[in-house]
Amino acid sequence: MKIIPEITKESIKDLIGNNQREDGRTIDQYRDISIETDIISKAEGSAKVKIGGTKVIAGIKLQVGAPYPDNPNLGVLMTNCEMVPIADPTFEVGPPNEESIELARVVDRGIRESKMVDLEKLCVEEGNHVWMIFIDLHVLDNCGNLFDACELAVTAALNSTKLPTASIGDDGLVIDKENTFDLPLNEKVVMSTFVKIGSEMVIDPSLMEEDVSDGRLNIGVTEKGLVCSMQKGGMGPLNKKEILDCVNIAISKSSELLNLIK
Amino acid sequence: MIYVDNKDFVIPGEVLADDDFYSDRGTFKESGKICSSLIGLISIRNKKIRVIPLKSKYIPKKGEVVIGKIEDVKFSMWDVNINSPYSAFLPAFEVFKREKRELSKVYDVGDVLFLKVLDVDEVKKVKLGLKGRGMGKFKEGIIVNITPTKVPRLIGKKGSMINMIKDKTNCNIIVGQNGLVWVKGEKEMEQLTKNIIELIEAEAHTSGLTDRIKNKLNSILGVDDEDEFAFFDDETDELEKPRLQNFKDELKIEEEDDFSE
Repeated sequence: MKIIPEITKESIKDLIGNNQREDGRTIDQYRDISIETDIISKAEGSAKVKIGGTKVIAGIKLQVGAPYPDNPNLGVLMTNCEMVPIADPTFEVGPPNEESIELARVVDRGIRESKMVDLEKLCVEEGNHVWMIFIDLHVLDNCGNLFDACELAVTAALNSTKLPTASIGDDGLVIDKENTFDLPLNEKVVMSTFVKIGSEMVIDPSLMEEDVSDGRLNIGVTEKGLVCSMQKGGMGPLNKKEILDCVNIAISKSSELLNLIK
Repeated sequence: MIYVDNKDFVIPGEVLADDDFYSDRGTFKESGKICSSLIGLISIRNKKIRVIPLKSKYIPKKGEVVIGKIEDVKFSMWDVNINSPYSAFLPAFEVFKREKRELSKVYDVGDVLFLKVLDVDEVKKVKLGLKGRGMGKFKEGIIVNITPTKVPRLIGKKGSMINMIKDKTNCNIIVGQNGLVWVKGEKEMEQLTKNIIELIEAEAHTSGLTDRIKNKLNSILGVDDEDEFAFFDDETDELEKPRLQNFKDELKIEEEDDFSE
């Protein structure tokens, strides 16, 4: 575990008590966000998102494969996240750790539960051939709040994904990579992350704020303003009022974030 | 024959000069040619070529003063993080002498201390001590982290930069050679000082920095002074080397001891 000096903890808590933050923001303000799409030519869809110093890249690869037996007419969605040592001194090489699994699963839940991708339209031949979507997230630089950055990158990448035409011909599956169309999307999802520092819930935490925080709450919100996913992290408890306040802020912030995805 | 100028930006492997020059820190010599081994800026002095890295970790030296964080409390010593690849410890003997007391009641995990490097042994194990003015635990204030190679720039010639910042912001500032800086003052001033220190770190390679920082501080604080400070021409040689001598002078000026144990 990282050891944070007591005096740093105190100074951050003091500032937040006065609705101020280390980097000059207010407690309900995001850092500057920028999104670039179509940056990987080999991938069907891709996006790079920067939130302040945090940098994440998302790539979407598509492949036709066999569906799961319990859902023979649905496409397959898979999310994976890499946290490489170049992004943060605490990240290690080797098999995915708890942190990166949680990140991938929380992002995945947002996309899956909002029914963002129309999986039924990804069926080529029921029971035999469906499109499989592989979402690969790569953290390039960790300056806090990877959740929001990853969710934003995935939404932007899916939004720019081009799906090749697949059909069943006389001698099996035919994929036409020349004729592409947009991936069928029902929704768009964004996520807002809050951490509890002292008695305040702070949006878009920086790395230092994450380290001194007691608890974390991730809220995924759809385009329609519905909450589609939630995750509680950290040791500290949250009360009902704090959660409801966060949900309201997350919903109001969602349009701001969605506007960034073209 | 030399291929680079003073303050040029170089990358590892770049050929800097042929014969007639001497290889100094941050460079190596291969088949009669001097090459850079770091990413950084060139400094040439008396035919000695050195590369000053843009970023570095702290390499401890005997006698330097550092700011360290307590990371672990052991039976007879504290483990201290001094922002260095080499581990450091503070023996209980340096604090209590022969007296027997419980270590964690004096300094606990998460405390930040102002320390002196007493000794660095052959395996680079760093022994720390508390003998010296103002040494001990910091109470309140904030910690700012800069890269250790920029420390001389933050202090300036004979402390010109640091004293100017102290005067303008009324903050107490203590700079460790390992790149950690402790700032205490009014809350807003602490944040301002932190921003200024980060600005100095980012622009350390440019010349005329002290004047620009002074003007910036004046405009932020809305002060207009004319001859309060002499103009310091901080030219190239300030980037040369962490100036321990200046740094010690600067510590003598420091009149703050409310944090000493």
